[in-house]
Amino acid sequence: MNLAIRDIRYNKGRFILTSIGLGLLIGVVMSMGGIYRGLIADALSILNSTKADIWVVQQDTNGPFAESSRIPEDIRYRIALVPGVAQASPLSFQTIQIERMGKSFRFFLIGFDLSESGGPPAIIAGRNIRQKHYEIVVSKAMKMEIGEQIRLGLHNYTVVGITGKMVSSSGDPAAYVTLADAQDIQFKKENNAIRNDRERIGAKVAELTGYSPAQSKLLKQNIAGITETTHTINTVVVRLAPGANLQAVQERIRRWNHFRAISDEEQAEILVEGMIEKARMQLGLFRIILLVISAVIISLIIYTSTIDKIRVIATLKLIGAQNRVIVSLILQQSLLMGIIAFVIGYALILLTYEKFPRRIVLESFDLQALFAIVMVICSIASFAGIRKALRVEPAEALGG
Amino acid sequence: MYAIEVERLTKIYGRGVTAVAAISDATFQIKPGELVAILGPSGSGKTTLLTAIGLINEPTHGKVVIDGATVADEGWLPGLNLKRLRREKIGFIFQAHNLIPFLTALENVMIALEINQLTRREAKGRAIELLTSLNLGHRLNNYPTALSGGEAQRVSIARALANKPKVILADEPTAALDTENGKNAMILLKKLAVENHSAILVVTHDHRMVEGFDRIFEVRDGKIISEKRNGVAK
Repeated sequence: MNLAIRDIRYNKGRFILTSIGLGLLIGVVMSMGGIYRGLIADALSILNSTKADIWVVQQDTNGPFAESSRIPEDIRYRIALVPGVAQASPLSFQTIQIERMGKSFRFFLIGFDLSESGGPPAIIAGRNIRQKHYEIVVSKAMKMEIGEQIRLGLHNYTVVGITGKMVSSSGDPAAYVTLADAQDIQFKKENNAIRNDRERIGAKVAELTGYSPAQSKLLKQNIAGITETTHTINTVVVRLAPGANLQAVQERIRRWNHFRAISDEEQAEILVEGMIEKARMQLGLFRIILLVISAVIISLIIYTSTIDKIRVIATLKLIGAQNRVIVSLILQQSLLMGIIAFVIGYALILLTYEKFPRRIVLESFDLQALFAIVMVICSIASFAGIRKALRVEPAEALGG
Repeated sequence: MYAIEVERLTKIYGRGVTAVAAISDATFQIKPGELVAILGPSGSGKTTLLTAIGLINEPTHGKVVIDGATVADEGWLPGLNLKRLRREKIGFIFQAHNLIPFLTALENVMIALEINQLTRREAKGRAIELLTSLNLGHRLNNYPTALSGGEAQRVSIARALANKPKVILADEPTAALDTENGKNAMILLKKLAVENHSAILVVTHDHRMVEGFDRIFEVRDGKIISEKRNGVAK
């Protein structure tokens, strides 16, 4: 006869309520693990969808995600000529915050060359961008409709397609436009600002001596042309030709082109270890604290439940029950409470994870490890109760 | 052969000047089928005597023999499995019935049998048989809270009898019952002592409850001061 089950059956209200409370706590622990895995998945989502072998960025930077990186667009042609490079695609990234339906709304805008890689990974509704200008593909998380218009910089952009859940490393949903549009949005100035700049350059040039009027005019036009250019990108993503040596290509770009060539693996390391390390530690600490709280709660519940059963335990001992009967009664209840609480916590996360503002990724390894930890905690937590029970004298069953 | 033999049984609590003899030099024998009472006021040492015979409280001196097996001779005999002996040889009936609250009447009897290694099926059969014989066939699946005081005590008696013990020890079995139910419980115990050929030792302070007992020992200040056989002083 399983006494633990009989006791739970008899006191099911109390047991279920306790398990629900514990389940909520375990659910929070579980969600924190999920948030951490979500942070990694978010941080790597653009990286993984781009499928690059090398990220060429500004020298001495950890760009384009962890640090700012600005390189001229035409560098893509020089990179494409490096032996071993199959494709060199320019990309630009910028975080944009706009007002939408009366609320501020942030997203991560990616500019890509229509003929190269780096565009939206999969279109789940509508189509990909076909025109060079004024079309945008948004991720599902932006909750926009096909045909909807959005004002970015100086122009309106029409949503032509919806892609899956693509987010930046900071969790902002991603949107895609052509590289030319992205550069316009980022760098193109409004007409009055251009006129002001030209006047300021003109005034500076006029101060220079030793130039003829014709030379000054030419100088002014060239300087204005340079300051007005929008042909800047953040990175060139490189795909290697089959059999190409990654290190050789990296070295070649670094040595002769004076850019930093970060392998995809290094980029992932920069993102995971550099950008979310503190979040990982923070979440890890919270998880430990919550697990300790769970252990204390389970201990208290099991101990007080044992105290409630002193007379029952004494009676069992008096009628000759072996110690294993007593230990099983307490340990099984503790483990059952852990199992039920784990199931409740898991169900809670399954029901709510889509409502979290950030992605929750539940990995089976994490769940298994947490289950094992909960079982160990339950076993340890029942120790005080078991110790108390084993010390109960059978004589305590006698008397009124 | 006697079911219970007690010889110069003494239990002393404390040491030196604080030493108190809760029971001293108790000597008696009880045959199978005998219903015996130990009568005395609170603090007279009757429960100490019961716990020493019940293998709960180690005697300081003297000898205890249960069903022909010596269990104590100047303390417990070495290598003795007290739990096993209690399980197999002794049944207990308590003052407050001590039924396990989260088990039904049937399960309360079954647990004593399962602890003694009976299979679930065997335990269930024996428990139903016992409870039915005690007119509790209609209460098998009731929890103790749903039973009357008399019914709960009868379940407790059924549990004590479950393993067909040679010795049944009852500690104030009528204390939580009204007079009528108390008398009925005692009549039932007498009937069971004869039917099961068990020695039944009842500890009580209530003179009214010991009518019809085969023998009555009166205890005062840790000493047996008198013995009555069938109501006649020896």
